[in-house]
Amino acid sequence: MNNAILSSGWSWFVIIGTFGSLLYFFLLLYLNRNISNPGKTTGHDYDGIEEYDNPLPAWWFWGFLISILFAIGYLIYYPGLGNFAGIGGWSQVGALEESQEAADARYGPLFAQYGAVPIDELVEDVTAMRMGRRLFATNCAVCHGAAGTGSEGFPNLGDALWHWGGSADQIKASIASGRNAMMPAWETPLQEAGVKEVTEYVMQLAGREADPALAAAGQAHYTLYCAACHGADGSGQPMLGAPSLNEEVWLYGNSKLRIEQSIRHGRNGRMPAFTERLGADKVHILSAYVMSLRQDDDEDGDEPEETEQ
Amino acid sequence: MNNFIERNIGLMIVLTILAVSFGGFVEIVPLMAQRTVTEPIDGLKPLTALQLEGRDIYIREGCTVCHSQMIRPLRAEVERYGHYSVAGELVYDHPFVFGSKRTGPDLARVGGLYSDDWHRTHLFDPRSVVPGSNMPAYAWLFERPINLEILPKKLAALQTLGVPYTDEDIANATIGLENSTEADAVIAYLQQLGTLITERR
Ligand code: HEC
Ligand code: HEC
Ligand code: HEC
Repeated sequence: MNNAILSSGWSWFVIIGTFGSLLYFFLLLYLNRNISNPGKTTGHDYDGIEEYDNPLPAWWFWGFLISILFAIGYLIYYPGLGNFAGIGGWSQVGALEESQEAADARYGPLFAQYGAVPIDELVEDVTAMRMGRRLFATNCAVCHGAAGTGSEGFPNLGDALWHWGGSADQIKASIASGRNAMMPAWETPLQEAGVKEVTEYVMQLAGREADPALAAAGQAHYTLYCAACHGADGSGQPMLGAPSLNEEVWLYGNSKLRIEQSIRHGRNGRMPAFTERLGADKVHILSAYVMSLRQDDDEDGDEPEETEQ
Repeated sequence: MNNFIERNIGLMIVLTILAVSFGGFVEIVPLMAQRTVTEPIDGLKPLTALQLEGRDIYIREGCTVCHSQMIRPLRAEVERYGHYSVAGELVYDHPFVFGSKRTGPDLARVGGLYSDDWHRTHLFDPRSVVPGSNMPAYAWLFERPINLEILPKKLAALQTLGVPYTDEDIANATIGLENSTEADAVIAYLQQLGTLITERR
């Protein structure tokens, strides 16, 4: 163990300094006890207020003495004297590790038990899903919203649409290793006119009002540049996280302006990785919880179901 | 002697200072010679010019009032924020921004935790991503360009304090930052916080 936190010179400085002050206070106390003139004043006169020179009260004297003895005991048991680690072997990091091990022993099996249940079954487990809700609130809600409904730039996890795929494995991969979406910027290759044209075509794909002439010109760009990722019919490509463009669900806002901005400047949505932060078991529980968000909607029926393509 | 000291106010001041600083002398002075406190951990680099500007805006806007940057070695904190803070990560920090109050979460390891997009949205309007948040919105940071004039001087000042900036670093400090806003600087600063230690425990 690398306990030598101080060079030995400084270590002795601390030891001598500490014991020196203990000794000094002890002597101060002891010698003062004998200098007293009961019933007389010290001769000090502060604007007419005088001071008796009585001996120290016994309770105070013994209290002080016991404190000094306690300090010596403390310094022997706990670290405090330079490099001397104390006979108790206590350290701040040691205490932390101890509490972590105790927690692992207590909660580890609980998480591991759920980690072993397949995600499809775990979704039905009320206790596990309650746990999942808490994990979600702590780690995911800042981006995806408390109910997983997302906001602009942060996907809704409760709908049936997935950028990276909605199977248990795909969802788990999204959470475990994170996702980095790469939508290139088309400003340079397509020029201003090209961006406008392909935007019209995307509007048309999504079934919205579009200028037919511009959209027709846009289709050529689309086939050349966009189909590789978004699919010839605009149904998306989960391997690349390229969303479907033929449904009226937009991560970055549904106005034409926002869609055009996505195309002009590109988008780089980033979902952080969580395995290292939370451990595999918690990621497993969260994956099931994310799947249950979808099922909740089914049961409550309070959200219209989107048709899956 | 008592009388003599009490009647010589100068001497009393000197002796009082001596008496109260003795404990500090024994506790604090040896720390200055302690390796774990004075030596940087492996790979520690000083803040880039943009990050440094972000640090100063962080201080100016009072982020330290609500956010600490000090993860204590307690299980609950390590579980939530990551590896406890170590002194070697902070040797180039002048001044420290430990903070002492947590109205919001500790930020010592917030680097990489969220995306730049999230920080942008959150700084602009915290309530748009965290509905119950009482963090103020910092919309003006997005309009104000960073002050490129004094930035090299800040690096130079830190250099004299022993932060290993090279003269080249200082000369090139503002290159590529012509269009950076204060929000860019704050986000660059946040995104590097505590990223050197990646293990969770
Ligand atoms: C390299 C693959 C790739 C190519 C090529 C590509 N995209 Fe994308 N696109 C993506 C990805 C990935 C996303 C998701 C970005 C995100 O989530 O941050 C995306 C997102 C979008 C969005 C935003 C969708 C939303 O929900 O807000 C639009 C619009 C879009 N792309 C249109 C296009 C058009 C038009 C082209 C051709 C000019 C194109 N893309 C070419 C990968 C690609
Ligand atoms: C920093 C904000 C952030 C946090 C925190 C975050 N996410 Fe995400 N997440 C995103 C973004 C942004 C995307 C979309 C990435 C993209 O553009 O493709 C995403 C995508 C996902 C996806 C894939 C969605 C799809 O359509 O395929 C899942 C599943 C997911 N997140 C679950 C979670 C869970 C569970 C947590 C908590 C453990 C979490 N996220 C925490 C930002 C975040
Ligand atoms: C009035 C107190 C207050 C001030 C001042 C404040 N914050 Fe916050 N901050 C909060 C609260 C509360 C939260 C938690 C809710 C939220 O995420 O918005 C938070 C959350 C955050 C988070 C997300 C941390 C996490 O781990 O989820 C970041 C990053 C952040 N603040 C940065 C800043 C910066 C940068 C400034 C200064 C420009 C600042 N804050 C000023 C109260 C404050």
